[in-house]
Amino acid sequence: MAKKNFILVCGGTGCESAKGDEIYRNLIKEAELQGVKDDVQIVKTGCFGFCEQGPIVKVLPTDSFYVQVKPADAKEIIAEQVIKGREVQRLLYKKDKKAQDNVKVQDIEFYQKQFRIVLRNCGVINPENIEEYIARDGYMALEKCLFELKPQQIIDIMKASGLRGRGGAGFPTGLKWETAAKVKSDVKYIVCNADEGDPGAYMDRSTIEGDPHSILEAMMIAGRAVGSNKGYIYIRAEYPLAIERLKVAIEQAKAMGLMGENILGSDFSFDVEIRLGAGAFVCGEETALLKSIEGNRGMPIPKPPFPAIKGLWGKPTIINNVETLANIPVIITKGAEWFASIGTEKSKGTKVFALTGKINNSGLIEVPMGTTLREIIFDIGGGIRGGKKFKGVQTGGPSGGIIVEKDLDTPISYESLVALGSMMGSGGMIVMDEDDCVVDVSKFYMEFCVDESCGKCAPCRIGTNQMHAILDKISKGKGEEADLDRLERIGKAMTKASLCMLGGSAANPTMGTLRHFRDEYLEHIRDHKCRAGKCKDLVVYSIDPEKCIGCGLCARKCPVPCITGEKKQPHVIDALRCIKCGECFKACKFGAVLVR
Amino acid sequence: MARMTLDELRAFRDAKRQDLARRDVEGKDIQIVVGMGTCGIAAGAKLTFDALVESIQKRGLENKVLVRQTGCMGLCYVEPTVEVIAPGMPTVIYGKMTKDAADELVQKHLVEGKLLDNHIFDRPAADIVKK
Repeated sequence: MAKKNFILVCGGTGCESAKGDEIYRNLIKEAELQGVKDDVQIVKTGCFGFCEQGPIVKVLPTDSFYVQVKPADAKEIIAEQVIKGREVQRLLYKKDKKAQDNVKVQDIEFYQKQFRIVLRNCGVINPENIEEYIARDGYMALEKCLFELKPQQIIDIMKASGLRGRGGAGFPTGLKWETAAKVKSDVKYIVCNADEGDPGAYMDRSTIEGDPHSILEAMMIAGRAVGSNKGYIYIRAEYPLAIERLKVAIEQAKAMGLMGENILGSDFSFDVEIRLGAGAFVCGEETALLKSIEGNRGMPIPKPPFPAIKGLWGKPTIINNVETLANIPVIITKGAEWFASIGTEKSKGTKVFALTGKINNSGLIEVPMGTTLREIIFDIGGGIRGGKKFKGVQTGGPSGGIIVEKDLDTPISYESLVALGSMMGSGGMIVMDEDDCVVDVSKFYMEFCVDESCGKCAPCRIGTNQMHAILDKISKGKGEEADLDRLERIGKAMTKASLCMLGGSAANPTMGTLRHFRDEYLEHIRDHKCRAGKCKDLVVYSIDPEKCIGCGLCARKCPVPCITGEKKQPHVIDALRCIKCGECFKACKFGAVLVR
Repeated sequence: MARMTLDELRAFRDAKRQDLARRDVEGKDIQIVVGMGTCGIAAGAKLTFDALVESIQKRGLENKVLVRQTGCMGLCYVEPTVEVIAPGMPTVIYGKMTKDAADELVQKHLVEGKLLDNHIFDRPAADIVKK
C-alpha cells in the first residue's frame, strides 16, 4: 500500500537529547495503536539545522514544520495529520510566540539564505538506510569514478572545482590528491579527520549523523584517485551516535558490494576502518592524528615531509576533513564548473557553520562563500537574544579571533577572515553580546589551550601557561599596564615558534580582543572594573533601597543565601558571603539590584 | 542484500528514486488531493490513493505531481472525492473516484489536459463563500 504521509523526526544529537528518540518511538506506537501504520512512514533523519527550535518533526508531502515537539504530541500528530489530514496548528513554526500566522518552510528566514551541498541529505533521508542515500543519487559519483573517469581525470575535476580544505587551513584538495597520487608506493592511505574539537562546533558530527554514506563514498573516490585501498575515519569517542551510524553505513555498503573487494565488479577494492580518538584537541592536527592512529601518543611532528608524501606508517596519506569529503560526490556528479560557480573568486562552494552563543536561532547552517557575517547573524540567526547589543563574533574557536561590528559586512572567505585577524577554522561561530567580557572570553580560550597543549614544544607549553596567568591576573584586578605588552610579546613568539597550529593560533583570541577592546582591558587594570559583570573578583552586587519594594524574589533565588530583609522593606546583600552568581540581578523586576 | 553489479545498482537506484520522490515537495506544481474523511475511506479512498500513486509512477510523473490526503471535502454523497490542482487547468473536484477511475484521471487530466466529464462535481461552497 502506498504511504500517504511521511514523518521525518530529527535524529541529530541535539534533538535526541531533547527526547527526539522518544517522539520517534511514540509516533510508531501511536500509528500502530490508531491502526494507520501502513499509511505513514516514520523516519528518523539527520539534523535539520534549526536546533534552536528542536526537537523538529517534519511531515511530508504537506511540508508541515513542527517545532519544539514533545513526546506526548505524537498522539495528536497521528490522529490529526495521518487520519484526518489536518495540520496540528499549535505545533507549526511561528515567527514569534504572539504571532498567529504559521510560516511556511520556504518562508522561514532561517532557511532562506542557506544553500545546502554538504547538508543536502541531512533532514531528508534516514541515515541508517543505504537505500534512501542511493535514491538521492548516492554512489553515483563512485560509479562515474570507477567506470568512466581515469584517476588523473578525477584529480583534474577536483582541481578545477577549487574545493579547499574545510578543516580550517583551506589547502586546495585537488593539489593534495595530486601530490599523493604522484608518489610511488605499494600502500597509500585515505584518512577522514572527524576529530572535531572546537568548543561550540558540531558541523562534522551532524554531517556524519545525517549522511554517513557521503563520507564513505568520498573516501573511496579519493582512494581511486590516488591509488589507495585503505581508509581510516578518525573520530572522537564522544560522538557515539555518529560512530554508530558510520558502523551501520559501512556494514550496509559492504553487504551491497559498494565497499570491499572488487567494488561493483570493478578492479577497485577499498576498505574503511573506524579509529576512535580520546578527545584530545591536538589530535585534530593532522600529524598528531596520524600518530594517534598508529597507536602512539598524539603529538605533532614537524612538516615537511607532508603526510601526502610521508604520512601514516611512513606511507603517502591523504587527510581530508568530514565537510571537505561531503562535498566531493556532488562535485563529481554535477561537475567542477557547477561547483566553481558558487562562492567567491578564491573560496568556492559553501561553508557549514555551527551558530551558537547569544543568538536567537542557534543551529547548523550552510551558506555560499561570500555571504556576509551580518546576513548570517542577523538574517539567518535572527539577531541577538533579548534585544541586547552585538559585541563580536568568534570564528574558528580557540584558534580564531573576534570579529566586531564594523567588519560584519565582509563577505566570508578564507582570505577575508584571515585579514580580519581571525580564520575560517572548522566553522564554529560563537556570538557575543554586551554581557560578555573580552578578558573573560580570552581567558576561557587560553585555559582551553593550556589544557589541550600536548607539551612537546616550549613556545606552546610555556606560552599558553604564561598568557593564561596574565589574563587571570587582569581578570582579578591585579594586572598592570605593562601586562598588555607582555601578552602581545608572548603571543607573537608563540605564533611564530610553535610546532603546530594549536600553539600557532592559540594567541589569536587574546590578540584580537586586545586589538579591538584594549579600553576594556585597561578598565580592568586601572579602574578594577568589568563592565559586563563577568569577572567575579571585580563585581560587587548591591541593592538600591530606593528602588527595592521588598518583594523577596531575589532572596528566594539566592543560592547562598545571603540576601536578607523584611517583607515590603528594602533588602540587603551580604557582600562578604555573596558568590556573585548574578541570579538576583536577573530575578529583580524593578532594576533594584546594582552591579558595579 | 547481495553484492551488486553496476547495472543492478543503477536499476535499484531508479526504483528507489520513485519512492523517495514522493516525499519531495519542491518543483511539484500539480497537486492531487484525496479526500480521506471517514466517508471517503469507507467508499474506498485508500484504494484510490494507491491506484493514483501507481498510475503516476507508471507514467514517470512522480517528480511533477504531489499526491496528498485531506479531510472530508463535504461532498459525502459522491465519495471518494479527489481534487486536482494543475497549472493551465481549472481546479476541479472529481467525485465517485473509485480505484478504477484513477488511471483514467491521470491519463486524461494530467497527460491529455482534458477533464473527465462524468466525474466533475465542481468546487465546494467554501471556495465561493471566501470570495
